[in-house]
Amino acid sequence: MTLLTLLILVGLAVAAVRAHDLLAATAILGAYSLMMALLWCQMNALDVAFTEAAVGAGISTVLLLAALTRVGTQESLKYGHRLLRHPLRTMRSLVTELHEGDGRRSAIGAVLVCALVGAAMLYGTRDMPRVGDAGSPANTHPAVAEHYLNRSADEVGPANVVTSVLGDYRGYDTMGETVVIFTAALCVLLLLRHMGGRTRDE
Amino acid sequence: MSDVLRHLGTHYHYVIYIALMLIGLFAVLAKGNLIKKVIGLNVLQTAVFLFYISIGRKADGTAPVLWDQKPETIPYENPVPHVLMLTAIVVGVSITAVALALIIRIKRAYGTMEESEILVLDESDQQGSA
Amino acid sequence: MSDAQSPVIRYVARRAVPFIQLYALYVLGHGEDGPGGGFQGGVIFASSIVLLALVFGYGAGRKACPERISDFISPLGCLVYASIGLLCLLMGGMFLEYARLAGPDASDHAKHAAHHFGLIGIEAGVMLTVTASMVTLFFEMARPAPDEGGLDE
Repeated sequence: MTLLTLLILVGLAVAAVRAHDLLAATAILGAYSLMMALLWCQMNALDVAFTEAAVGAGISTVLLLAALTRVGTQESLKYGHRLLRHPLRTMRSLVTELHEGDGRRSAIGAVLVCALVGAAMLYGTRDMPRVGDAGSPANTHPAVAEHYLNRSADEVGPANVVTSVLGDYRGYDTMGETVVIFTAALCVLLLLRHMGGRTRDE
Repeated sequence: MSDVLRHLGTHYHYVIYIALMLIGLFAVLAKGNLIKKVIGLNVLQTAVFLFYISIGRKADGTAPVLWDQKPETIPYENPVPHVLMLTAIVVGVSITAVALALIIRIKRAYGTMEESEILVLDESDQQGSA
Repeated sequence: MSDAQSPVIRYVARRAVPFIQLYALYVLGHGEDGPGGGFQGGVIFASSIVLLALVFGYGAGRKACPERISDFISPLGCLVYASIGLLCLLMGGMFLEYARLAGPDASDHAKHAAHHFGLIGIEAGVMLTVTASMVTLFFEMARPAPDEGGLDE
Protein backbone atom coordinates (compact mmCIF):
# COMPACT_ATOMS: atom_id res chain seq x y z
CA MET A 1 0.00 0.00 0.00
CA THR A 2 2.77 2.38 0.97
CA LEU A 3 4.71 1.34 -2.10
CA LEU A 4 1.74 2.19 -4.33
CA THR A 5 1.45 5.65 -2.78
CA LEU A 6 5.18 6.17 -3.21
CA LEU A 7 5.02 5.25 -6.89
CA ILE A 8 2.09 7.62 -7.45
CA LEU A 9 4.14 10.34 -5.74
CA VAL A 10 7.06 9.77 -8.09
CA GLY A 11 4.69 9.98 -11.07
CA LEU A 12 3.14 13.21 -9.81
CA ALA A 13 6.55 14.75 -9.11
CA VAL A 14 7.73 13.97 -12.63
CA ALA A 15 4.51 15.38 -14.08
CA ALA A 16 4.78 18.57 -12.00
CA VAL A 17 8.34 19.16 -13.13
CA ARG A 18 7.66 18.32 -16.78
CA ALA A 19 4.43 20.30 -17.34
CA HIS A 20 5.08 23.36 -19.48
CA ASP A 21 1.88 25.07 -18.42
CA LEU A 22 2.72 26.47 -14.99
CA LEU A 23 -0.94 26.40 -13.97
CA ALA A 24 -1.02 22.66 -14.60
CA ALA A 25 2.30 22.24 -12.77
CA THR A 26 0.84 24.07 -9.76
CA ALA A 27 -2.27 21.89 -9.75
CA ILE A 28 -0.15 18.73 -9.95
CA LEU A 29 2.04 19.99 -7.13
CA GLY A 30 -1.12 20.42 -5.03
CA ALA A 31 -2.09 16.81 -5.80
CA TYR A 32 1.44 15.72 -4.92
CA SER A 33 1.19 17.46 -1.54
CA LEU A 34 -2.18 15.88 -0.82
CA MET A 35 -0.83 12.45 -1.76
CA MET A 36 2.11 13.10 0.55
CA ALA A 37 -0.32 13.94 3.36
CA LEU A 38 -2.09 10.63 2.69
CA LEU A 39 1.20 8.78 2.87
CA TRP A 40 2.04 10.42 6.19
CA CYS A 41 -1.35 9.32 7.50
CA GLN A 42 -0.39 5.78 6.55
CA MET A 43 2.87 6.33 8.41
CA ASN A 44 0.94 7.43 11.53
CA ALA A 45 2.37 10.96 11.42
CA LEU A 46 -1.04 12.54 11.87
CA ASP A 47 0.10 16.03 12.84
CA VAL A 48 2.49 16.23 9.94
CA ALA A 49 -0.15 14.95 7.52
CA PHE A 50 -2.62 17.53 8.81
CA THR A 51 -0.10 20.34 8.38
CA GLU A 52 0.94 19.19 4.93
CA ALA A 53 -2.68 19.01 3.78
CA ALA A 54 -3.40 22.50 5.12
CA VAL A 55 -0.11 24.18 4.21
CA GLY A 56 1.34 22.24 1.28
CA ALA A 57 -1.85 21.40 -0.57
CA GLY A 58 -3.74 24.50 0.58
CA ILE A 59 -1.80 27.69 1.20
CA SER A 60 1.25 26.87 -0.96
CA THR A 61 -0.96 26.14 -3.97
CA VAL A 62 -2.99 29.29 -3.44
CA LEU A 63 0.17 31.38 -3.14
CA LEU A 64 1.55 29.88 -6.36
CA LEU A 65 -1.76 30.59 -8.13
CA ALA A 66 -1.78 34.16 -6.83
CA ALA A 67 1.77 34.67 -8.06
CA LEU A 68 0.88 33.15 -11.43
CA THR A 69 -1.87 35.74 -11.94
CA ARG A 70 0.92 38.32 -11.95
CA VAL A 71 3.74 36.63 -13.82
CA GLY A 72 1.90 34.61 -16.47
CA THR A 73 1.47 30.86 -16.74
CA GLN A 74 3.63 29.85 -19.67
CA GLU A 75 7.09 28.42 -19.32
CA SER A 76 9.25 29.52 -22.24
CA LEU A 77 10.07 26.45 -24.31
CA LYS A 78 12.86 28.34 -26.00
CA TYR A 79 15.14 28.18 -23.01
CA GLY A 80 13.95 25.20 -21.04
CA HIS A 81 16.40 22.68 -22.41
CA ARG A 82 18.77 24.73 -24.51
CA LEU A 83 22.38 25.40 -23.84
CA LEU A 84 23.19 28.16 -21.45
CA ARG A 85 25.19 30.54 -23.55
CA HIS A 86 25.93 32.84 -20.69
CA PRO A 87 28.10 31.70 -17.84
CA LEU A 88 26.61 31.61 -14.37
CA ARG A 89 29.01 31.74 -11.50
CA THR A 90 27.48 28.65 -10.00
CA MET A 91 28.06 24.96 -9.96
CA ARG A 92 25.48 24.66 -12.67
CA SER A 93 27.39 26.66 -15.23
CA LEU A 94 30.66 24.90 -14.41
CA VAL A 95 29.10 21.64 -15.44
CA THR A 96 27.08 22.90 -18.36
CA GLU A 97 29.98 24.78 -19.88
CA LEU A 98 31.86 21.53 -20.31
CA HIS A 99 29.23 20.45 -22.76
CA GLU A 100 28.78 23.72 -24.56
CA GLY A 101 31.20 22.82 -27.31
CA ASP A 102 29.49 19.70 -28.60
CA GLY A 103 26.03 21.29 -28.65
CA ARG A 104 24.24 18.95 -26.28
CA ARG A 105 21.39 20.12 -24.11
CA SER A 106 22.18 21.89 -20.88
CA ALA A 107 20.14 19.29 -19.03
CA ILE A 108 23.09 16.94 -19.34
CA GLY A 109 24.98 18.91 -16.71
CA ALA A 110 22.06 18.72 -14.32
CA VAL A 111 21.66 15.00 -15.00
CA LEU A 112 25.33 14.54 -14.19
CA VAL A 113 25.05 16.38 -10.90
CA CYS A 114 21.88 14.48 -10.01
CA ALA A 115 23.54 11.17 -10.81
CA LEU A 116 26.52 11.98 -8.61
CA VAL A 117 24.36 13.16 -5.71
CA GLY A 118 22.06 10.18 -6.11
CA ALA A 119 24.94 7.72 -6.15
CA ALA A 120 26.40 9.27 -3.01
CA MET A 121 23.03 9.10 -1.24
CA LEU A 122 22.43 5.51 -2.35
CA TYR A 123 25.83 4.61 -0.97
CA GLY A 124 24.77 6.33 2.27
CA THR A 125 21.71 4.09 2.67
CA ARG A 126 24.06 1.18 3.37
CA ASP A 127 24.29 2.37 6.97
CA MET A 128 20.62 3.20 7.38
CA PRO A 129 18.38 0.99 9.50
CA ARG A 130 15.38 -0.59 7.79
CA VAL A 131 12.25 1.53 7.65
CA GLY A 132 10.08 0.44 10.59
CA ASP A 133 12.95 -0.83 12.71
CA ALA A 134 11.81 -0.14 16.29
CA GLY A 135 15.35 -0.77 17.56
CA SER A 136 17.05 1.88 15.40
CA PRO A 137 19.18 4.48 17.21
CA ALA A 138 16.69 7.27 16.48
CA ASN A 139 13.84 5.32 18.07
CA THR A 140 15.65 4.12 21.18
CA HIS A 141 17.57 7.20 22.28
CA PRO A 142 16.90 7.19 26.03
CA ALA A 143 17.00 10.97 26.53
CA VAL A 144 14.90 11.93 23.51
CA ALA A 145 12.40 9.56 21.87
CA GLU A 146 12.03 7.15 24.79
CA HIS A 147 11.91 9.91 27.38
CA TYR A 148 9.26 11.89 25.50
CA LEU A 149 7.03 8.85 25.04
CA ASN A 150 7.36 7.50 28.59
CA ARG A 151 7.45 10.68 30.62
CA SER A 152 5.57 13.40 28.74
CA ALA A 153 2.19 12.42 30.19
CA ASP A 154 3.50 13.12 33.69
CA GLU A 155 5.85 15.98 32.93
CA VAL A 156 3.74 17.95 30.45
CA GLY A 157 0.22 16.56 30.32
CA PRO A 158 -1.23 16.47 26.80
CA ALA A 159 -2.09 13.08 25.35
CA ASN A 160 -0.59 14.14 22.03
CA VAL A 161 3.15 13.73 22.48
CA VAL A 162 3.81 15.87 19.41
CA THR A 163 2.13 18.82 21.13
CA SER A 164 4.13 18.19 24.31
CA VAL A 165 7.41 18.22 22.43
CA LEU A 166 6.41 21.16 20.26
CA GLY A 167 5.13 23.38 23.06
CA ASP A 168 7.21 22.33 26.02
CA TYR A 169 10.39 20.32 25.44
CA ARG A 170 11.15 22.29 22.29
CA GLY A 171 9.16 25.41 23.05
CA TYR A 172 12.10 27.64 22.28
CA ASP A 173 12.34 26.16 18.77
CA THR A 174 8.68 26.78 18.19
CA MET A 175 9.07 30.40 19.18
CA GLY A 176 11.82 30.79 16.58
CA GLU A 177 9.47 29.11 14.15
CA THR A 178 6.75 31.66 14.79
CA VAL A 179 9.23 34.46 14.26
CA VAL A 180 10.29 32.88 10.94
CA ILE A 181 6.71 33.03 9.67
CA PHE A 182 6.36 36.60 10.84
CA THR A 183 9.64 37.47 9.11
CA ALA A 184 8.44 35.88 5.88
CA ALA A 185 5.25 37.94 5.99
CA LEU A 186 7.29 41.07 6.72
CA CYS A 187 9.66 40.28 3.86
CA VAL A 188 6.87 39.74 1.33
CA LEU A 189 5.15 42.87 2.58
CA LEU A 190 8.29 44.96 2.10
CA LEU A 191 8.92 43.46 -1.34
CA LEU A 192 5.43 43.81 -2.73
CA ARG A 193 3.25 46.30 -0.87
CA HIS A 194 4.69 49.50 -2.22
CA MET A 195 5.87 48.11 -5.51
CA GLY A 196 6.31 51.26 -7.51
CA GLY A 197 6.11 51.61 -11.26
CA ARG A 198 9.90 51.46 -11.62
CA THR A 199 11.18 48.87 -14.08
CA ARG A 200 14.66 47.96 -15.12
CA ASP A 201 14.85 50.43 -17.98
CA GLU A 202 14.24 53.49 -15.87
CA MET B 1 26.04 -8.39 -6.51
CA SER B 2 23.48 -10.39 -4.57
CA ASP B 3 24.41 -8.31 -1.53
CA VAL B 4 23.52 -5.15 -3.39
CA LEU B 5 20.22 -6.64 -4.53
CA ARG B 6 19.36 -7.83 -1.03
CA HIS B 7 20.18 -4.38 0.29
CA LEU B 8 17.92 -2.73 -2.30
CA GLY B 9 15.17 -5.21 -1.45
CA THR B 10 15.12 -4.22 2.21
CA HIS B 11 15.87 -0.53 1.68
CA TYR B 12 13.71 0.20 -1.38
CA HIS B 13 11.95 3.01 0.53
CA TYR B 14 15.16 4.99 0.55
CA VAL B 15 15.62 4.46 -3.18
CA ILE B 16 12.23 6.08 -3.83
CA TYR B 17 12.96 8.98 -1.45
CA ILE B 18 16.21 9.59 -3.29
CA ALA B 19 14.39 9.45 -6.63
CA LEU B 20 11.96 12.12 -5.40
CA MET B 21 14.80 14.28 -4.11
CA LEU B 22 16.62 13.99 -7.43
CA ILE B 23 13.50 14.95 -9.40
CA GLY B 24 13.32 18.12 -7.32
CA LEU B 25 17.05 18.77 -7.59
CA PHE B 26 16.92 18.27 -11.35
CA ALA B 27 14.14 20.86 -11.66
CA VAL B 28 16.11 23.35 -9.57
CA LEU B 29 19.24 22.85 -11.67
CA ALA B 30 17.97 22.34 -15.20
CA LYS B 31 14.78 24.38 -15.47
CA GLY B 32 15.22 27.92 -16.68
CA ASN B 33 11.85 29.13 -15.45
CA LEU B 34 12.02 30.54 -11.93
CA ILE B 35 8.54 29.31 -10.94
CA LYS B 36 9.59 25.84 -12.07
CA LYS B 37 12.60 26.08 -9.79
CA VAL B 38 10.30 26.89 -6.86
CA ILE B 39 8.14 23.87 -7.71
CA GLY B 40 11.27 21.72 -7.85
CA LEU B 41 12.35 23.09 -4.47
CA ASN B 42 8.98 22.08 -3.02
CA VAL B 43 9.31 18.53 -4.37
CA LEU B 44 12.87 18.27 -3.02
CA GLN B 45 11.82 19.53 0.38
CA THR B 46 8.83 17.20 0.80
CA ALA B 47 11.08 14.29 -0.14
CA VAL B 48 13.42 15.25 2.70
CA PHE B 49 10.43 15.45 5.08
CA LEU B 50 9.39 11.99 3.95
CA PHE B 51 12.87 10.68 4.71
CA TYR B 52 12.76 12.10 8.22
CA ILE B 53 9.28 10.78 8.98
CA SER B 54 10.27 7.30 7.89
CA ILE B 55 13.24 7.37 10.28
CA GLY B 56 10.76 7.53 13.16
CA ARG B 57 8.70 4.61 11.91
CA LYS B 58 8.15 1.50 13.98
CA ALA B 59 6.66 -1.61 12.43
CA ASP B 60 3.07 -2.03 13.71
CA GLY B 61 3.44 1.36 15.41
CA THR B 62 0.60 3.71 16.15
CA ALA B 63 0.26 7.49 16.19
CA PRO B 64 2.02 9.12 19.15
CA VAL B 65 -1.19 10.08 20.92
CA LEU B 66 -1.23 8.44 24.35
CA TRP B 67 -4.50 6.81 25.29
CA ASP B 68 -4.95 4.58 28.32
CA GLN B 69 -2.07 2.21 27.77
CA LYS B 70 1.42 2.96 28.88
CA PRO B 71 4.01 3.45 26.12
CA GLU B 72 6.04 0.45 27.31
CA THR B 73 3.38 -1.89 25.96
CA ILE B 74 2.35 0.00 22.82
CA PRO B 75 4.79 0.76 19.99
CA TYR B 76 4.05 4.46 19.60
CA GLU B 77 5.84 6.12 16.70
CA ASN B 78 8.83 8.31 17.45
CA PRO B 79 7.38 11.85 17.87
CA VAL B 80 10.65 13.73 17.41
CA PRO B 81 10.81 13.66 13.57
CA HIS B 82 7.12 14.60 13.49
CA VAL B 83 7.79 17.77 15.48
CA LEU B 84 10.81 18.69 13.41
CA MET B 85 8.96 18.23 10.12
CA LEU B 86 5.86 20.01 11.38
CA THR B 87 7.89 23.16 11.83
CA ALA B 88 9.91 22.53 8.66
CA ILE B 89 6.71 22.47 6.57
CA VAL B 90 5.80 25.91 7.85
CA VAL B 91 9.31 27.20 7.16
CA GLY B 92 8.95 25.68 3.68
CA VAL B 93 5.87 27.72 2.89
CA SER B 94 7.68 30.83 4.15
CA ILE B 95 10.54 30.12 1.76
CA THR B 96 8.10 29.55 -1.11
CA ALA B 97 6.34 32.81 -0.35
CA VAL B 98 9.51 34.90 -0.24
CA ALA B 99 10.78 33.23 -3.43
CA LEU B 100 7.51 34.01 -5.20
CA ALA B 101 7.63 37.62 -4.03
CA LEU B 102 11.16 37.93 -5.42
CA ILE B 103 10.01 36.38 -8.71
CA ILE B 104 7.19 38.90 -8.95
CA ARG B 105 9.74 41.70 -8.45
CA ILE B 106 12.11 40.16 -11.01
CA LYS B 107 9.31 39.80 -13.55
CA ARG B 108 8.44 43.42 -12.92
CA ALA B 109 12.00 44.65 -13.31
CA TYR B 110 13.18 42.46 -16.20
CA GLY B 111 9.90 41.63 -17.91
CA THR B 112 10.76 37.94 -17.86
CA MET B 113 11.22 35.06 -15.44
CA GLU B 114 13.46 32.94 -17.64
CA GLU B 115 16.93 32.64 -16.19
CA SER B 116 18.69 32.82 -19.57
CA GLU B 117 16.93 36.02 -20.60
CA ILE B 118 17.69 37.64 -17.25
CA LEU B 119 21.37 36.76 -17.65
CA VAL B 120 21.43 38.23 -21.16
CA LEU B 121 19.89 41.45 -19.87
CA ASP B 122 22.38 41.59 -16.99
CA GLU B 123 25.31 41.04 -19.31
CA SER B 124 24.23 43.72 -21.75
CA ASP B 125 23.89 46.02 -18.75
CA GLN B 126 27.46 45.36 -17.70
CA GLN B 127 28.75 45.91 -21.21
CA GLY B 128 26.76 49.11 -21.48
CA SER B 129 28.22 50.56 -18.31
CA ALA B 130 31.81 49.42 -18.99
CA MET C 1 -14.26 38.50 -11.47
CA SER C 2 -16.82 38.52 -8.70
CA ASP C 3 -19.71 38.98 -11.14
CA ALA C 4 -18.84 35.91 -13.14
CA GLN C 5 -19.22 33.47 -10.25
CA SER C 6 -22.18 31.16 -10.11
CA PRO C 7 -24.64 31.89 -7.29
CA VAL C 8 -24.11 28.39 -5.92
CA ILE C 9 -20.44 29.08 -5.26
CA ARG C 10 -21.19 32.46 -3.73
CA TYR C 11 -23.86 31.06 -1.43
CA VAL C 12 -21.82 28.07 -0.28
CA ALA C 13 -18.70 30.17 0.25
CA ARG C 14 -20.55 32.72 2.35
CA ARG C 15 -22.17 30.02 4.50
CA ALA C 16 -18.98 27.97 4.83
CA VAL C 17 -16.79 30.74 6.24
CA PRO C 18 -18.06 30.70 9.85
CA PHE C 19 -17.85 26.92 9.95
CA ILE C 20 -14.27 26.95 8.68
CA GLN C 21 -13.36 29.48 11.35
CA LEU C 22 -15.09 27.44 14.05
CA TYR C 23 -13.24 24.37 12.87
CA ALA C 24 -9.95 26.29 13.05
CA LEU C 25 -10.65 27.12 16.70
CA TYR C 26 -11.57 23.49 17.35
CA VAL C 27 -8.26 22.39 15.83
CA LEU C 28 -6.45 24.86 18.09
CA GLY C 29 -8.24 23.69 21.24
CA HIS C 30 -8.05 20.02 20.37
CA GLY C 31 -4.32 20.09 19.71
CA GLU C 32 -3.51 18.61 23.11
CA ASP C 33 -5.57 15.45 22.75
CA GLY C 34 -5.21 14.75 19.05
CA PRO C 35 -3.61 16.04 15.90
CA GLY C 36 -3.86 19.78 15.54
CA GLY C 37 -2.54 22.91 17.16
CA GLY C 38 -1.66 26.50 16.45
CA PHE C 39 0.00 26.01 13.06
CA GLN C 40 -2.83 23.99 11.54
CA GLY C 41 -5.56 26.09 13.16
CA GLY C 42 -3.95 29.28 11.92
CA VAL C 43 -3.66 28.05 8.36
CA ILE C 44 -7.29 26.87 8.34
CA PHE C 45 -8.47 30.20 9.73
CA ALA C 46 -6.48 32.06 7.08
CA SER C 47 -7.95 29.83 4.37
CA SER C 48 -11.46 31.06 5.25
CA ILE C 49 -10.39 34.61 4.42
CA VAL C 50 -8.59 33.42 1.29
CA LEU C 51 -11.85 31.73 0.27
CA LEU C 52 -13.69 35.05 0.63
CA ALA C 53 -11.11 36.77 -1.53
CA LEU C 54 -11.20 34.05 -4.20
CA VAL C 55 -14.99 34.05 -4.49
CA PHE C 56 -15.92 37.69 -3.88
CA GLY C 57 -12.80 39.40 -5.21
CA TYR C 58 -9.73 41.02 -3.70
CA GLY C 59 -11.55 44.00 -2.21
CA ALA C 60 -14.18 41.97 -0.38
CA GLY C 61 -11.51 39.71 1.09
CA ARG C 62 -9.46 42.68 2.21
CA LYS C 63 -12.55 44.19 3.82
CA ALA C 64 -12.97 41.06 5.94
CA CYS C 65 -9.40 41.41 7.17
CA PRO C 66 -8.03 44.94 6.62
CA GLU C 67 -4.33 45.59 6.27
CA ARG C 68 -3.99 47.36 9.58
CA ILE C 69 -5.54 44.43 11.45
CA SER C 70 -3.41 41.69 9.87
CA ASP C 71 -0.29 43.86 10.15
CA PHE C 72 -1.02 44.29 13.84
CA ILE C 73 -1.89 40.69 14.67
CA SER C 74 1.11 39.15 12.92
CA PRO C 75 3.74 40.48 15.37
CA LEU C 76 1.22 40.31 18.23
CA GLY C 77 1.30 36.49 18.12
CA CYS C 78 5.10 36.47 18.49
CA LEU C 79 4.72 38.93 21.36
CA VAL C 80 2.16 36.70 23.13
CA TYR C 81 4.50 33.73 22.81
CA ALA C 82 7.57 35.59 24.04
CA SER C 83 5.76 37.34 26.86
CA ILE C 84 4.46 34.04 28.25
CA GLY C 85 8.09 32.93 28.28
CA LEU C 86 9.19 36.14 29.98
CA LEU C 87 6.36 35.87 32.50
CA CYS C 88 7.78 32.49 33.52
CA LEU C 89 11.16 34.19 33.98
CA LEU C 90 9.59 36.89 36.15
CA MET C 91 7.92 34.26 38.30
CA GLY C 92 11.35 32.84 39.05
CA GLY C 93 11.38 29.92 36.64
CA MET C 94 13.15 29.28 33.39
CA PHE C 95 12.08 30.67 30.02
CA LEU C 96 8.80 28.94 29.06
CA GLU C 97 8.69 26.91 32.30
CA TYR C 98 4.91 27.10 32.39
CA ALA C 99 4.39 25.42 35.78
CA ARG C 100 5.92 28.50 37.42
CA LEU C 101 2.99 30.61 36.29
CA ALA C 102 0.98 29.19 39.20
CA GLY C 103 3.22 30.98 41.70
CA PRO C 104 6.09 29.97 44.02
CA ASP C 105 4.40 27.47 46.35
CA ALA C 106 1.41 26.32 44.36
CA SER C 107 -0.15 22.90 44.70
CA ASP C 108 0.53 20.24 42.11
CA HIS C 109 -2.94 20.72 40.78
CA ALA C 110 -2.40 24.46 40.26
CA LYS C 111 0.92 23.78 38.58
CA HIS C 112 -0.76 21.35 36.24
CA ALA C 113 -3.41 23.95 35.39
CA ALA C 114 -0.71 26.58 34.83
CA HIS C 115 1.11 24.21 32.52
CA HIS C 116 -2.07 23.68 30.56
CA PHE C 117 -2.70 27.41 30.39
CA GLY C 118 0.84 28.10 29.20
CA LEU C 119 0.60 25.55 26.41
CA ILE C 120 -2.75 26.88 25.20
CA GLY C 121 -1.35 30.42 25.44
CA ILE C 122 1.63 29.79 23.21
CA GLU C 123 -0.49 27.79 20.76
CA ALA C 124 -2.85 30.76 20.55
CA GLY C 125 0.14 33.02 19.93
CA VAL C 126 1.32 30.74 17.13
CA MET C 127 -2.18 30.73 15.66
CA LEU C 128 -2.42 34.53 15.67
CA THR C 129 0.89 34.92 13.87
CA VAL C 130 0.22 32.14 11.37
CA THR C 131 -3.27 33.40 10.53
CA ALA C 132 -2.23 37.00 10.03
CA SER C 133 0.98 36.10 8.18
CA MET C 134 -0.74 33.72 5.77
CA VAL C 135 -3.42 36.34 5.08
CA THR C 136 -0.70 38.94 4.47
CA LEU C 137 1.24 36.59 2.20
CA PHE C 138 -1.83 35.84 0.11
CA PHE C 139 -3.05 39.40 -0.22
CA GLU C 140 0.36 40.84 -1.05
CA MET C 141 0.89 38.07 -3.59
CA ALA C 142 -2.50 38.59 -5.24
CA ARG C 143 -2.57 42.39 -5.07
CA PRO C 144 -3.86 43.65 -8.42
CA ALA C 145 -1.38 46.13 -9.86
CA PRO C 146 -2.67 48.81 -12.25
CA ASP C 147 -0.66 47.68 -15.28
CA GLU C 148 -0.27 43.95 -14.80
CA GLY C 149 -2.41 40.95 -13.99
CA GLY C 150 -3.91 40.28 -10.60
CA LEU C 151 -6.83 38.68 -8.94
CA ASP C 152 -9.42 41.24 -10.00
CA GLU C 153 -8.55 41.14 -13.66
